[in-house]
Amino acid sequence: MPLIAITDVKKRFGDNEVLKGINIDVDPGEVIAIIGKSGSGKSTLLRCINGLESIDDGSILVAGAHLAPDEASLKALRLKVGMIFQQFNLFPHLSVGRNVMLSQMVVKKTPKAEAEAMARRMLDRVGLAHKFDAYPEQLSGGQQQRVAIARALAMQPIALLCDEITSSLDPELVAEVLAVVRELAADGMTLLMVTHEMQFARDVCNRVVFMHEGRVHESGPPEELFGAPRTPELRQFVGRH
Amino acid sequence: MMMEFSTWDILRNLLLAARWTILLSLVSFIGGALVGLLILFLRIGKGRTGRVLAAGYVELFQGTPLLMQLFLAFFGLGLFGIDVPAWLAAATALILWTAAFLAEIWRGCVEAIRRGQWEAAASLGMGYIQQMRWVILPQALRIAVPPTVGFSMQVVKGTALTSIIGFVELSKAGSMVTNATFQPFTVYGLVALIYFALCWPLSKSSQMLERKLNAPHSHH
Repeated sequence: MPLIAITDVKKRFGDNEVLKGINIDVDPGEVIAIIGKSGSGKSTLLRCINGLESIDDGSILVAGAHLAPDEASLKALRLKVGMIFQQFNLFPHLSVGRNVMLSQMVVKKTPKAEAEAMARRMLDRVGLAHKFDAYPEQLSGGQQQRVAIARALAMQPIALLCDEITSSLDPELVAEVLAVVRELAADGMTLLMVTHEMQFARDVCNRVVFMHEGRVHESGPPEELFGAPRTPELRQFVGRH
Repeated sequence: MMMEFSTWDILRNLLLAARWTILLSLVSFIGGALVGLLILFLRIGKGRTGRVLAAGYVELFQGTPLLMQLFLAFFGLGLFGIDVPAWLAAATALILWTAAFLAEIWRGCVEAIRRGQWEAAASLGMGYIQQMRWVILPQALRIAVPPTVGFSMQVVKGTALTSIIGFVELSKAGSMVTNATFQPFTVYGLVALIYFALCWPLSKSSQMLERKLNAPHSHH
């Protein structure tokens, strides 16, 4: 059974249909890159999976549970699926450690000592244990994004959604974030990432999904998609990257 | 026979009346903050009716002169046979007026928090109230302090209008003392100075807080 089953999902913003019937099944441990031009609907799809956008049609199942718009089922879903954003979105009024502890304590009611231990473990995992007491503004973009990853991991999700997580980083900071993601993939985390890092998609992902105008235009193993694109749109896209 | 008044006599009487200005300011500000908080949560909440009502409330009180609100509170309730003492009408009108402005100031502060903060909190499983309580409000509060303290000056000055419905505070005392002493320039000069002495520390602390809260690494 797939971990995430996306079936015939449609999403409209006013008259603009952004997703025109998406079907993707994600197996446990799979690492999937979603690529495509801006406006192809890839970020919207990721936001739908985490319930940040509601869907107009179709269904999304995560570990067998339906995605419904009420707060209780949204919460249940988000406990299973973490999300990392392009803009990091760390909480600027809290220290790095507190950022990682907050939702454990507030959402899961984890006792403080336990939440702190978990936070230290997760920060260690992304190589930032020494920044526990620092504030987000004192960190580089790459470090902030790694904290964001630790914060999501602390909730022990079964899958992570990564929405262009290196796109707002300076080029020299991209590698440290990708290295963390690479390790997560090696540890068997299920990853669904919208990315412009084609080399990374080629190296790390099991499957690449090419989206075009709100549809899954092509999908398959990276060597197949990048090596022998079947459609002119993908050929053109790959040629530019 | 003509009574003689020393400047000290004048000042003493004005200062005694200034106590009422201070009390009315405090009551209006605290009461206004409580009602304002309620309006704020209706205004930014999820219920459509609440949002519309709160927006209407703010429009109404921001779009009419405070003087008319005072008249309506003072004479309006009288029409229903309810005898409203001046202090009650003054406090009620000022509380409602303050609430409208504070709610609007605070709404701006909440909306200044980037959308991504809500989304990050939501993606971690927090519900609306938890997002508000732990992520949005602590940040909004920081930016709300300077304009809120700044607005408290408007409240102090706003209390002057209540003299018109007969509440004896600093301004009313000023005109009463003038009628007795025939020294309008001295009296109103002193009245103005007392208002300034009340407002200036507020203005200064607003500026200081603004600098302090904007300084980098100010969380420690």
